[in-house]
Formats: sequence, C-alpha cells, structure tokens
Amino acid sequence: MSSIARLLRAREAGILVMLVLFALVVGLIQPRFLTAETLRIVLLAVPLIMVAAMGQMMVLVARHVDLSIGSILGFSAIAAGMIFRDHPDWPLFIGFGVALLSGALLGLFNGLVVTLFKLPSIIVTLGTLSLYRGLLFILSGSKQIDPNDIPEPLIKMAQTSPIDIPWIVIIAFGVALATHVFLTYSQIGRQIYAIGSNPAAAPLRGIRVMPVTILVFTLSGALAGLAGIIYAARFGYVNPGITGVGFEFTVIAAVVIGGVSINGGVGSVAGTVLGVLFLGAVQVALPILGVSGFWQNAIYGGIILIALVIDRTVRQGGLRGLLARGGA
Amino acid sequence: MSTIESPRPAVILREAAKPRPRWQVILVRPETVTFLLLIIATIVATRLSPFFADLGFILESSTYYVEFAIVALVLTIVIISGEIDLSPAAQMALSACLFGTAYRAGAPIPVAILVSLVSGLAMGAFNAFFITVLRLPSIIVTIGTLILYRGLAQVLAGDKSIGSFPGWFVGIDYRMIGIVPVPVMIFIIASVLLGLFLGITILGRQIYQIGTSEVAAIHAGIRVRRIKFGLFLASGLTSSIAGLLTASRLGSVRYDLASGGELTMVLIVMLGGTYIFGGRGSILGTFLAAWLLVIIATGMTVANIAINAQLTVMGLLLIVSIIATNAIYARSQR
Amino acid sequence: MSATGPLVSARGISKSFGGVEVLRNVDLDLMPGEVHALLGENGAGKSTFSKILAGVHKPTRGTLSLAGQPVEIPSPIAAQRLGITLIHQEPISFPDLSVAENLVIGQVGARPLGRVRWAALAQEAKRLMALLDVPIDVTKPMRGLSIADQQMVEIARALASDSRLIIMDEPTAALTPKEVETLFKIVRRLREEGRTIVFISHRLEEVRAICDRVSIFRDGDRIETAWTADLSDAEIIRRMIGRPVADYLHRGTSHVGAVALSVRDLTLPGRFEGISFDVRKGEIVGLGGLVGAGRTDVARAIFGVAPASSGTISVDGKPVTINEPSDAIALRIAFVPEDRAIAGIFRSLPVETNITAAVPEKIAPRGIIRRATEKLLASQSVEKLSIRLASVRQPIGELSGGNQQKAILARWLLSDPEILILDEPTRGIDIGVKAEFYDMIGELAASGRAILLISSELPELLALSDRILVMSEGRLTADIPRAEASQEAIMFAAVPRSGRHTVSGAAA
Repeated sequence: MSSIARLLRAREAGILVMLVLFALVVGLIQPRFLTAETLRIVLLAVPLIMVAAMGQMMVLVARHVDLSIGSILGFSAIAAGMIFRDHPDWPLFIGFGVALLSGALLGLFNGLVVTLFKLPSIIVTLGTLSLYRGLLFILSGSKQIDPNDIPEPLIKMAQTSPIDIPWIVIIAFGVALATHVFLTYSQIGRQIYAIGSNPAAAPLRGIRVMPVTILVFTLSGALAGLAGIIYAARFGYVNPGITGVGFEFTVIAAVVIGGVSINGGVGSVAGTVLGVLFLGAVQVALPILGVSGFWQNAIYGGIILIALVIDRTVRQGGLRGLLARGGA
Repeated sequence: MSTIESPRPAVILREAAKPRPRWQVILVRPETVTFLLLIIATIVATRLSPFFADLGFILESSTYYVEFAIVALVLTIVIISGEIDLSPAAQMALSACLFGTAYRAGAPIPVAILVSLVSGLAMGAFNAFFITVLRLPSIIVTIGTLILYRGLAQVLAGDKSIGSFPGWFVGIDYRMIGIVPVPVMIFIIASVLLGLFLGITILGRQIYQIGTSEVAAIHAGIRVRRIKFGLFLASGLTSSIAGLLTASRLGSVRYDLASGGELTMVLIVMLGGTYIFGGRGSILGTFLAAWLLVIIATGMTVANIAINAQLTVMGLLLIVSIIATNAIYARSQR
Repeated sequence: MSATGPLVSARGISKSFGGVEVLRNVDLDLMPGEVHALLGENGAGKSTFSKILAGVHKPTRGTLSLAGQPVEIPSPIAAQRLGITLIHQEPISFPDLSVAENLVIGQVGARPLGRVRWAALAQEAKRLMALLDVPIDVTKPMRGLSIADQQMVEIARALASDSRLIIMDEPTAALTPKEVETLFKIVRRLREEGRTIVFISHRLEEVRAICDRVSIFRDGDRIETAWTADLSDAEIIRRMIGRPVADYLHRGTSHVGAVALSVRDLTLPGRFEGISFDVRKGEIVGLGGLVGAGRTDVARAIFGVAPASSGTISVDGKPVTINEPSDAIALRIAFVPEDRAIAGIFRSLPVETNITAAVPEKIAPRGIIRRATEKLLASQSVEKLSIRLASVRQPIGELSGGNQQKAILARWLLSDPEILILDEPTRGIDIGVKAEFYDMIGELAASGRAILLISSELPELLALSDRILVMSEGRLTADIPRAEASQEAIMFAAVPRSGRHTVSGAAA
C-alpha cells in the first residue's frame, strides 16, 4: 500500500500546492481574500459538492461515470421537501431518510441498467438525467417548495451546531471520512479499485463485478440524495427547474481536479476533498476579484481539460515504467 | 441459401458457421424496427388528432427538432467511427452567440455568419486535437468542452439575449420550398448526401472499419487519426450551421440556446439503431428516427403533456433504444 | 491405477466457439500428487481444456468430477471454491493495486465487508515472495513490474490460495533459467504435499524435468496419455504434429537476390535497441526469441504502427521514412500481425470487405466503391487460397481461425507486396491449414518476395527459414545460418542473460 499511497500523495501534494498558490495569488491581488471569513464562506459552499463528489469518485474509480446526479439531487430534494411541506409535524430524520432512500433507488436503477445490459454508463446516465428530471416535474407538479415550507431546524443545520461549525460541514467531512475508511479498509472498497484497474481481469480473479458495480451506483445515488437535503438546508427552497441542473458537471470537475483518473483504478478521498476545496475557492474568489460569475462554467470546463491532460501525462510516465524490463 | 463458393460443402460446418438466412439479415435490423415504430407512431398520432394526417402540420412542427436532427446525422458518423461528441449543442450556442456578438459589434450579417462557421471549425478542431493528437477518450473530452463552450457563450452573452437581426435573416423556418420549410429541406438533402457518403464511398467504408476495430484499421493502412480529425471538424461546422438556423428561427440568441440538445441528438442517433460501441448504424436509421421523434414529441404536445414531463419519455426512450439495439446486434454476433 | 482415485475426471468434454469445435470428446484423469503435462501445438485445445477446469469456459458437452463427486464449474469463483487455480499464460494483474493486494484480492473466504489488514497482508506477501526467491517490493504497484516478475506474482498467488489443483499455462515463457529452477523446486514441493499440478509448456526438456505423465493434444483431440519416461522426444513431437517432422522440411535453397529490406540501429527505448539486419529478395529470415523479447515491436516499427525513435530503414537500398502503415504499404511492405482477432480482422464485417481493406485504390479508383470489382477480387482470393466459407458476404467472424488468417494473407497479397512480415502466422490454426500456410510462404519466397517470419514455434522456424535471427530483451543476440540452426542454438540465444548484454547487433 505505502507505495501507491506515495504516488497518490504525490498527486495530492500537487493539488495542495495548486490550491495554496491560487489562494496566494488571489490574496496578492485582493488581500481580503486571505481571511478567516473567506475560509468560512468556502467551507459553507463545499458540503453540497463534497458529498456528491464522494459518490462520483467511487463511480469513476470503478471506470464508470454518473451524469444523473444533478437530477437525483433535485428529485431527492423535492421528495424530502414535499414531506416537510405536507407533514410539518413529522420529525426531521424522515426527510433525511426519504432523500437518501430515493437517491439510492434511482442510483440502483442506473446500476442495474448499466450492468444487466452491459451498456456504457455515460449514455445510460445521460438518459436517466432526463428521465429523473422529468419524474421530479411530475412528482412536484412543477411546483416549487417554498422557503416557509422548509423546517427551521433544517435551515439551522446550514448555519450552526453545538461546536459552532455548521452541521452540513460536519456531515460533509464525516461522509468523506467514512468513504475513506470504506475504500481503504474493506474488501469491497479494494475490489472497486480492482474493477476499475482491470475490468476484464476482475471476474477471473473471483470478484463479483456486477453487485459491486451496482453498489457503487447506488451509493452515488444515495449521496446525491443526501446532497439534495443539504441543498434544501442551505438555500431554503427547492425548485424543480433549477435545483441540481448542471450540478453533475461541477462535481465531475471537482473529482477530476482531485486526481481521480477517468481511466479507473486511481483516486483518493484526500485528493477529492482538495479538488472540492479548490473549486470552492474559485467560486468564492471570482466575485472578490471582480470577475463576472458568468466565467465560472468556462473555468470549470477548462480545468477539466487541463486535469485530463495532466492525468494523461502521469499515466504515460507510468507506462514507460511498465515497458522498461528491469532485470530481476 | 445464398451463393456457395465452397467446393466441399461437407466441411463447411467445421470450417465456418452457417450464414444466417437472407431474410433475417434484412429484417432483423434496428432500422427496420425504427421504421415499424414510425408507422405505428403515425397511426396512433392520427387517431389522437386529425392534425397528423396533414403532412404540412408535421413538417411545420418538425422545425424545432430538425436543427438537432441535422447535427445528429454527423453524430451518427462520429459514433459509427467509435467515438462520440457530446458538445455539439454547446457548440451551437457558442457559435450562435459569436454570430450575435459580431453582428452587435457592427459586422454585416454575412461576415457574422462567416465568424460563426469559422468558430464551429475551430471548436471541432479543438475537440479533435484532444482526441486524435493527445489520444484522450472523446467521451470525457467532449464533456469538458461541452461545459467550456457553453461557459464561454455565457461569458459572451451574459444572461441577456442578443437580437434584432434584419428581417431577411429571421424566420428561416417559415421560408418554404414547395411545402417544405428550408431547414427541413436542408435536413433531407444532407441525409441523402451523407447516406451516399457512408454507403458508397471508400471513406465511408473505412469509417465502418475504424469503428469495428480501430487497431485492425491502423494495421490495414487506414489513416485513422486523419479521418477522425475530419469527423470532428465536420461535427463543429454542422453545429455552427445548426446554431445559425436556430438563431434565425428564434430571431435572437442566448447562451442557453439548444440547452439539453445533446440528449436529443444522442437520442435520435440511438433510436435510429446506431451501435453505441461503433462499427454499425446508418444514416437511414437516423433519418427515420428524427421523424419518429418529431411525431412522438408533437403527439405529446397535442395530448397536452407538459414539456417538462416529456423529459421522462425522452430519457426512457433513450435507454430502451440502446437496450433494443444492443440486443439486436448481440443476436447477429456470436 | 493407484489406491486413491483420481482428483479430477473429465469425461467426453467438448467445446465449440461460434460453430467451430475446438475440443472433442476429451477424457482425462488427473491423479493427486502428480505433475501432469498437457502438450500440443498452439490451438490444439490444451488451453481451452484448462480454462474449462478453471471455470473460465463452460464445456458444450461432457462431465467433470472432482474427487469422485460430479461437479459443475460455472465460474472462476466456483473453481476457486473447489480449490482450483489457473495461472494464466499472460499474467493478469491490477496495475493500480500493490503487489501484496494483487496476491489476495478476490480470494475465497474473504468476507465482502471484512477489514483489509494492511500490515498482515504485507507480511504474508513478503513471506510468499521470499519463498519464490523474488526480490520484489510488495508495497509497490503492479504497474511497472516486468512480465517475468508479474508471472512470479501470479505463481505466488496460486501458492497463497492453498489449492488442490494448480494449472500452469506456459508459466515459464517469460522466465529466466534461474527463475524456472525456483519454480520447479516449488512445484516439486507442491507435489509432495499431494497437490495436483497441470503443466503446459512447449519446452520438452522442462516437461522431462518435472512432469510424471503427459497428455498430448492435437486439433481438439486428446491423442494419448503416457508416463513421460515412456515416450521419446521424437515420439512426442510426432504425436503433436501428426506426421513426421521431416515432412515440414525446407523447400530447398532458392535464388536469393538483392537486399530488399535493411534496417540499421533501429531503437525504441524500453522496447528494442540497436537492431540491424537485412532481408534479401527470395529469402525467408526467421526471427525467434521468447515472448516479450521485442520481436513484434520491431515488426510494428518497420510497418509504422509504432515507429522507432532512431535508426534507419532502407527498401531496395534507398533510405525511407515510415511514419504510419500507409507509408509502409506504399513501399509495398505487408504485415500480418500476431493478434489476428484484434489487429487483423474486422469481425462483424463481410469477408470481402476484410480482404479488400488494404487496397482502397483498387476497389474505389475515384473514391466510389465498385461492388463488382470488389466481389471479383475477393472471390479470386478465396479461390486462390482455398478459403473455406459459405459466402463472401458472410461476416468474417463466422469463419474458423485458419480461414480468417487466410483472408488476412489474401488482403496483403492483393496489395502485391515485395516485403512480407509475418508475425506468428500459424498461431491458433488447424494442423491441416498450417501445412497449406507453409507451402504458401515457400511459394511467396520462391517468387522473389522478401519474408521476415516471426515465430515462437521452433520447428516452424527451423523448417522454413534460410537464416534465423534471435532476439532477447530487446536486442539481437544471434544470426544463425540455416546449416547451423538447431533448437538448442536458438534457445541459447533467446534466454536472457540479465544485466549483461554481451552480444549485440549481429549483422553489423
């Protein structure tokens, strides 16, 4: 393990350096960027992305991709929001349960279609991106969940907690920690890496590719569902036509920046967390620098492409290593 | 049985599997299924509303989808070659916004059109560079450029629309050749030309070969990278043309022009029976699928199904069509 | 036989792929505590048989029993449960995982949610590697390991699995003699522990050194099972190829003309270095060596698939630049690649399309395909090479391997080449068709073509070549004239002398 860790740590170190450099450069131009207040804003901005990014990372490690998470987020947020609106007396955790469960079910459907019919996940989830969005319009009757329907305690979770760090931040880092433990210390976690590293060899090695892959998509869906309720907490409303639209691209950008390889088999929680923080920093820095918010998507797109090229270069170095036949 | 050249039929069983009967080869094809669905959909739609018996109504209602259908023709060829391009809708938006910006800056319309077409080529070349030179997978590269291109369109146009184009430029969907609106005519002509290109030219043949096995194509001396580069250029150029058609139809451009179009395009191609893993498919299938989609979508609108809820059907249709196409091809392959 | 019954009994095992039968009615018993060799030429069915035992393929017909109990082995997982491990011919690995993880991942008994104990894992991995006497850092990722090292990890994995039956499919192909010796030591110990080893190899001396019994396969049939000591080498070879070796013998020295292809100092770092040789018109130059020695890379460089980074190639005495295959084709070079299924055929496309793939200008002079011309060219080729098929419109994937290969050869003959590079042209081909290929290759040379023949089958190299070049670890290590060529001479030059490259560029 330690050597892979070394390699990954090298990648992560690179991202960390990028993040620090970025902060310094922005800070040089606008000193007020380098304040605790900025850190607070960044930390508040990232839980949504971070939770979903953990799911997407697992999907990418297994050499798949999930484009439907934005719609899943929207669906779960609506589902939970409707519970809150129609049953204000029910306890909060039921809303959480509904969000997680509905996300998991939609993710399960993705996983089933991809594995049962052996289809490319990108096309399947492009289809379900549209399918789930349509379903959420039908479910909600195209009506928004208004701010006064979102319970007060939920809103509070986006603002504070007993230890003064907002609950949603604690939840996000908790999810990251749990994902790390799962991926590093469980047999299934390691099998996800194995499947992504060499899908053809996995069944020959006795790995049950299908259930593991289905699990990965289900987890990705459930985490997108959790992101849905975080959305409701943070923004205080859920709109069927807005909530989660284009969210998948933000998350993919974060994960790819975090050094997760689109070729599968490579990726770590630490890298992903850094990728998410980097994206959050960019988001917060733009208005401070006086750059129009319209630039955000163009920058994300550019960052994805740059990350791809970097990943490619790293791989090539690895390839050369593979070809060199060292004498035993 | 078809022609038998073997001198010793007795050994055939050991040397080669029996070929499938000809009727099966012709009938069990995704295009046939698309055609049958088209007929069924038309019948159902005519029952639903007498409007559908009127060809003019169908042609008119097709103008919204025909822009995507034109790009889908090129996308079909891209997918047959074993690649994919998810960025055309974003390319439509960016090239249209460039057109609008150039016009607003005082350029005459022909110059603005030229700007838009050149930008289409440039975006195609940019995609192609990542895919054929850096050899990155097209599926993820075009996700990146999809975000980038639409992001740039947003930078260019903000959240406002650019409009007030001269009257002669606006409303191309109302100009008719006979009873056929101009964009639909362009689609029909492009279908015929691209169908011939794919069907009878050596380049078309080589595209199928690349999609069937890229490695074998390289070993047979086919210039794989050059051909793929050309395909992405064509995709960019076609997208900018489609963007201009959209600008003319709407009379204005916004950064969110053709948003979600990548789904519609992929849906048309998949519905037409093109194999998602490359090597199989046809322009005929895509042509039929475009009309199938027009009838289904218009039918839903006539039946008062909200446009948002229609997303459900489109998504489901996409998934069902890849499953069906895959099943048909899996049957014919051992 | 002995007091205990057989561990494995196979009865009437048959297997077909796409209508082509590759294994016919095979009966075989494997005893506990024996090392059993499966011998046969490539495509004889021995690998298919072992994959059936390991649950990779399901037999079309026939039954298996394990320790007297009838069993079905539907998957590799089921095989592992039953205590059967297959060491694959080409080592399979997860390049992003560490060596230690590769040793245990997917192992039976590991609970899905069970914890991965990294420290214990590393400890066990180190113990296994020490057993095999391989100094590999088990914490490093597999990516970057040499083929030989990967093979050793694969073997270590089998040891860790504690299996009753271990099948080794050509485990020694990439190993050094010292590593082979270590492997044999382990195999002997496993035998003493009462385990059964199935050993597949092409090297008879290895079979003699370690195997108690041999089973010989030919063309999908099990021809014979016997004690190793009871058969002479010549008898084994005769049973493998079905007729005396002498039949293959060379067509006689032909007229060798001017130099057609000449390479000097061809180098692609990490693949091959300083390769220099000539091939003359009418000459068949053999190129031998172990798997992974870089032979295919040299061929791919000459043909422009993966060009060399330095060195020169000359055709008919003139230096040329070959950046991609189309350049090579324009210089009338043809290349029949080793991996037919991937680099040769277009599986789902008609035979005629496959045959005419390299001559677009012949079937479409102005860019438009002329169907009649295409059909004519294809039918002529089919007749000339007697390719057996039902129709030229049939997908090539429906043909047998030999006929597919004939179609690929036909493709290149249409391009009218002066220089032919044939990479393992008879791999996976029926014995009868093989003989046809030998005749064709001979005729091509006799008509003045220069031929570079890459082959791992020593009898084939010896029978056909005028001269044999040998590569080892990316360098040319020998240039053996026909008169002095022998299996021993080739093997001597092919075996890596790790670290010390004393012999280099032979033609210089």
